[in-house]
Amino acid sequence: MDVKQIFRKATESAGVSGYEEAIGAQIQEACPWADDIRTDKLGNLIMLKRGQGEGPRPRVMLAAHMDEIGLIITKIEEDGFLRFSTIGGFDQRVLLGQEVVVHGRSPLIGVIGAKPPHVQAPGEQKKAVKLEDLFIDIGYDDEKEANAHVRIGDVVTLRRDSVELQGSFLAGKAFDDRAGVAAILECFKALDSLKHMADVYGVATVQEEVGLRGAITSTFGIVPDVGIAIDVGFGDSPGLQEGETIKLGEGPGIAIGPHVHPKLHKKMVETAEEWNISYSLDPSPHPGGTDAYAIQVTQAGVPTILLSIPLRYMHTPIETLDYEDVKRTGRLMAMFIAGLDNEFVEGLTCF
Amino acid sequence: MKEVIKQLTEAFGPSGYESQVTELISNMVKDYADEVSTDVLGNLIAVKKGKENGKTIMFSAHADEIGVVITHIDDKGFLRFANVGGVGIASLVGNRVRFGNGTIGVIYSEKGDWKELKLDKLYIDIGAETKEEANSKVRVGEFGIFHREFTDLGHRVVAKSMDDRVGCAVLIEAMKQIENPTNTLYFVFTSQEEVGLRGARTSAYTINPDLGIALDVTLTGDTPEAHRMEVSLGKGAAIKVKDSSMITHPKVKELLVQLAEDGNIPYQMEVLERGGTDAGAIHLTRDGIPSGTISIPCRYVHSPSEMVDMRDVQACVDLVLAVANHDLDTL
Amino acid sequence: MLLAQLTEACGAPGQEGEVRDLIRTEIAPYVDEIKTDALGNLIAVKNPNGKGPKVMLAAHMDEVALMITSIEKNGYLRFKPIGGIDPRVLVAKTVVVGAKKIPGVIGSKPIHLQRPEERQRALSIQELQIDIGVKSKEEAEKLVSLGECAYFTTKYEEFGSGKVKAKALDDRVGCSLVIELLKEDFSFPLYAAFTVQEEVGLRGSGVAAYQIEPDIALVLEGTTASDVPGTDEHKHATSVGKGPAITFMDRTVIPNPKLVQELLDLAAEKGIPAQARRATTGGTDGGQIQLTKTGSKVAVIAVPCRYIHSAVSVMSKKDYEAAFLLVKNYLQRLQEREG
Repeated sequence: MDVKQIFRKATESAGVSGYEEAIGAQIQEACPWADDIRTDKLGNLIMLKRGQGEGPRPRVMLAAHMDEIGLIITKIEEDGFLRFSTIGGFDQRVLLGQEVVVHGRSPLIGVIGAKPPHVQAPGEQKKAVKLEDLFIDIGYDDEKEANAHVRIGDVVTLRRDSVELQGSFLAGKAFDDRAGVAAILECFKALDSLKHMADVYGVATVQEEVGLRGAITSTFGIVPDVGIAIDVGFGDSPGLQEGETIKLGEGPGIAIGPHVHPKLHKKMVETAEEWNISYSLDPSPHPGGTDAYAIQVTQAGVPTILLSIPLRYMHTPIETLDYEDVKRTGRLMAMFIAGLDNEFVEGLTCF
Repeated sequence: MKEVIKQLTEAFGPSGYESQVTELISNMVKDYADEVSTDVLGNLIAVKKGKENGKTIMFSAHADEIGVVITHIDDKGFLRFANVGGVGIASLVGNRVRFGNGTIGVIYSEKGDWKELKLDKLYIDIGAETKEEANSKVRVGEFGIFHREFTDLGHRVVAKSMDDRVGCAVLIEAMKQIENPTNTLYFVFTSQEEVGLRGARTSAYTINPDLGIALDVTLTGDTPEAHRMEVSLGKGAAIKVKDSSMITHPKVKELLVQLAEDGNIPYQMEVLERGGTDAGAIHLTRDGIPSGTISIPCRYVHSPSEMVDMRDVQACVDLVLAVANHDLDTL
Repeated sequence: MLLAQLTEACGAPGQEGEVRDLIRTEIAPYVDEIKTDALGNLIAVKNPNGKGPKVMLAAHMDEVALMITSIEKNGYLRFKPIGGIDPRVLVAKTVVVGAKKIPGVIGSKPIHLQRPEERQRALSIQELQIDIGVKSKEEAEKLVSLGECAYFTTKYEEFGSGKVKAKALDDRVGCSLVIELLKEDFSFPLYAAFTVQEEVGLRGSGVAAYQIEPDIALVLEGTTASDVPGTDEHKHATSVGKGPAITFMDRTVIPNPKLVQELLDLAAEKGIPAQARRATTGGTDGGQIQLTKTGSKVAVIAVPCRYIHSAVSVMSKKDYEAAFLLVKNYLQRLQEREG
């Protein structure tokens, strides 16, 4: 089973924050490596891979979010055009001229349009187009026709097949953070041929893009001894300074900062060194913005670490990464888990 | 119901200081509940017990309202203040505020451009001539609210703190009409919603329901040159799809739509781009609680003159009744 | 002196080890149990089985600092603030960096080479770097690792009329108060939480409260005093020398109204100076503690400090003593009433 193909197919499917049921089902179906898979009350997909040996076994939670940013219909105009707002942080400048899928009573093809150039005022092209001036054209001619297919509150995803660039580079939509989900699957696959004591909960979380919401509730339900969040990080690209980015092709960023337990950081770095898995150090003074932030403060606190897969052009439909980095991330986690025992876990509350 | 709304909207209850409102509600509902209690954050919790095989539903409407709090009293007896919750500066100047002991003051501004009005350029005049006189009436840290009476305009009614006393009124009315429910129903009149959904968070943790439903007001887009929003006064209960605090669980959203369709209850879909409700806190409690919001469309939210339509209010009552009596096993 | 030791110790959010060890040693003789948790909060208890309400005293151990985020080829260290720091206070300060406390200076372009218009503009973080006197990246990497933090080197000193100047008074002053209160005898269960990561979003306190489940929590803080020239009186928030400030509302918490009133009344009755905190900005651990599980009664009592979140802040010893007396008297009264 090739995780890369599972990943590419997953990125081409729809799963806007709050509407992850279908993408969750797709991942569940594609994952043969778990002993048990369930969905919790908010829709988090929880894949359990049991460890070996007598209990109590350490509980490790791997979290990557499966939701993607998207659009939501706010108004149906008299002439059948749809107005919309965003779910999650879209740069509205990338929306113009994109093809979309409107998830109405059935999926509909749409095009995002704005006023054509020749009716624009001079200088208007120098200004970024405003979200409120954009609309979706679904090819229906009036409100009545559109109303038969679309309802206020229906969600919209960008329509983009993933593409292979040179080498092992891929580009497409929703890599943030289905690449993290793919890393969990790579880890599960690798664990099949390793001895590990820990019970591993691979969680494809929901609603990260609107406030880490799935991680808040899924962590409360699992209460892990160790939490590993896998998300994408800013890859090196033009206009960004060194020190703000991690390099594509050089493995995951291992975060260091308030949201990372110092002993987990140390062990993760040692594991990478021992197994010769490339990595970058990723200093993060601002701990927010990923599931790690939510996991850490659950109940009596969870020792947490964040791994970041380098990604260019985040929150656009041409997010770009090196798939080898996804594999490295999966392998690093598998080796880390294989090296965990109860003694190490008990030591995590000793400061 | 108008009389209940009048009493509730004329009561005093800024965030953190809701006890006058919760006492009023407690008296209104105690004959219709099996238990009534308040908790450490000031939430009023009324329970109607269901049958053994029933589920637990938490309905919430917040008892608090936006307001002001005194931060300084100067030598001439003028008060400086900060906002409690999202008070629009434009609705302050020339308006009156009322403090807990009944002291009334006028808000006005220092000299300067009205377009650049900032909260720290405003002051409150309670008619005191000296600091001592002011101090005999109020103190630093005293909370106040808009001073404004309820007005009946026919189908439509207008008052301060319609956000969210009209939600409280909906729950009170529903409580009166429900007898021997299948599900165990918690009606929570929450504290401190306007400063961050705080009362809902702790009360939901205590109750741990199977389903959470918030009753709150929402904005409309039906006024001259309004912000684009497809909610109008008089078109029924608004079923929330999303706001900044929550994306409604799709199954809860579909349940509400289905119940409205089945019961011929007028409804409209709501996408709110800013703002949140108690459901935002409830749905993230413990390991997650499927939640939704039934909204009462309301014009001029967070001003002293919030307007709702009684037909929408009735639709919201009907929808609450439908949810309360529904078999939740399918959820 | 305890407060001197505490403020001179270094503890960025998530890296509170030095402060934690100091406190642990200091309180060990006075408490029944002591532990750390998964985030590094230090939690101690006296009389865990005592009669009466469960009371939690909380103060945060962390301070704002600068995190090293990259090292230049020529050995300069680039950094970002961890917690809220006004970048204008950084230039031309001395610092120590990381576990090895490597001395460094925060440098910028000399005034002679600046254009006139440059001198009018505040320096941004990107224009500043830490110079530890090495010539290359390799040399720097032997002394400092990415993710380590740089700290101001301010010494604790007393000056003027009973004033103190030091770094990190926010919130080592709270830590010091909690330590001294633990040395007193009470009969009810008294928990102390020295919390982590307050400065990056009140991260440790909720986790601590989840374990403690207090009935009443008193948060002891150092808070902003803006009683300085050029600030209108109604924007002072608190004044140095007028006693501890009691919060009635901030961005994160509306403290329990009855508890606030009781503290103010008690101060008046005992002749202890106290003031209302006259602003609603800022946040404290109280916000998280109050909302944990089923909720608890919270009050925030703070020692006013000028120039908070900078290299050097100033407080009055009298305010510190009054804060101690007020909390001690409150706890004694609580014991008489409910113990």
